[in-house]
Amino acid sequence: MPQAHWFFSPLCALLLAPLLLGLINRTKAVVAGRRGPPLLQPYRDVVKCLRRGAVYGEVTSWLFRLGPVVNLATLVAALLILPFGGVGAVVSFPGDLIVLAGLFALGRFVTVLAALDTGSSFEGMGASREVHFAALAEPALLVALAVLVRVTGGLSLSEIYGVVTIATWARALPALALVAMTLVVLELVENTRIPVDDPTTHLELTMIHEVMVLDHSGPDFAYIQYAAALKLWILGALFVGLVVPLRSGSLWLDGGAALLGMAGLAVVIGMVESAMARYRLTRVPQFIVGAATLSAVAFIVLLV
Amino acid sequence: MPAALDSIHAIALVTCFALLGTSRIGACIRWLSLQGILLGLVPLITHDDGLGLRVMLLAGGNIALKGMIFPWVLLRLRARTSYPREVEPFVGFVASILFGIVALGLSVWLALELKPALPHAPFLMLETAIFVVSIGLFMIISRRSALMQVIGYLMLENGIFVFGVITVVETPLLVELGVLLDAFVAVFVMGIAIFHINREFGSMDVDQLNALRG
Repeated sequence: MPQAHWFFSPLCALLLAPLLLGLINRTKAVVAGRRGPPLLQPYRDVVKCLRRGAVYGEVTSWLFRLGPVVNLATLVAALLILPFGGVGAVVSFPGDLIVLAGLFALGRFVTVLAALDTGSSFEGMGASREVHFAALAEPALLVALAVLVRVTGGLSLSEIYGVVTIATWARALPALALVAMTLVVLELVENTRIPVDDPTTHLELTMIHEVMVLDHSGPDFAYIQYAAALKLWILGALFVGLVVPLRSGSLWLDGGAALLGMAGLAVVIGMVESAMARYRLTRVPQFIVGAATLSAVAFIVLLV
Repeated sequence: MPAALDSIHAIALVTCFALLGTSRIGACIRWLSLQGILLGLVPLITHDDGLGLRVMLLAGGNIALKGMIFPWVLLRLRARTSYPREVEPFVGFVASILFGIVALGLSVWLALELKPALPHAPFLMLETAIFVVSIGLFMIISRRSALMQVIGYLMLENGIFVFGVITVVETPLLVELGVLLDAFVAVFVMGIAIFHINREFGSMDVDQLNALRG
């Protein structure tokens, strides 16, 4: 079933990504004993922001307006090479996993440029932190993907995730378990979730990602929120594709299992966020380097 | 049983990195306990000739001592001395983890070099043993707190134990138990020494011992 259902992966992501955020927020609310916002609240936020007009500071240039648009574009492009639920991606070619990392980097680059363009010292601080942590997280992602390449022998994401089955897990259990742990940490780091950064806080001194987008408003902010949901979906799909090794060939079974896996992941993230406090900023690099180490260990375990 | 050795190998590596990156002494002691239990299982898996009394006794003694008694002694010591966490080791935590990766590479290379000389030793365990020894040595020289140095010493002993189990075909039980007894006594002596150092100087920071020079 290589290209028969090519629309499945991007369609799920485009439609369901904000729901993932809603599910995380709902889990956090339930654990805390509150009723919480409706599951569809992230969609409403995006629509609300789209209806508003944008306000641009007088000191900002075209770079500031470019940021959110290009960021969203990179993530939509990344959806095209992302396999999901046993279904291959729309486009796949050898080495597209490096393109995935490159697209993330490009999106981050334009967001940082837009933040620096405002000339705000807070945004500059956020940009500096974002780049610092990204520099540590990117090698972790690439080494984790390299381990998957070595285990499965595929050179593109679709090839890799097309052949991850129970048998693969039985063959390389320690390496795959280590990579799965790395991917969970990356999901938290790249989306600035709780042990790294608190997405709900609005205290500029401690924020990482949120502080970079303080000056965006209206449709631009809607793009940023939607792009954040897509990024959560993409990294989550990399993890779920690995730990839900169901490749029966039937779209309903494989796709359904993957969607259930994503929902489970959202609940787990919600639980983690309810149970943990944010790390001190100086501890965060240690956390990320630890994740990178896990995948490095997985790589060495495979070598010997 | 290559799958079991595979898992022990991977988890043992993770415990080493956790020990390198953790600042809390209590958490370090628990990781050390996990490592002791895991490596104590090795003789059960690598034995050549049936599960004899000798192998059972060796594994049981190791797991009981390194997995339970030593951690208990160390936890008690930590509770009686007021030094809840490692403040700024000589080598930072991130740098320690990076050293760990380099050491892992080196121990793979060293194990490859040693492999021809020890044909019947499982390669993964050879590598684990060398790696655990190197990390133990590193902990001894890079940490300030005397308790962390005892942890390093016990890792060293863990590594040497695994190396002995897989390389020497037949060691008399008496020798092995003697080594265990030595480690047991050493931990107690170190514990008492640390307790007295702490009571005398109000700290376990070994760097402050430099101030004693006359």
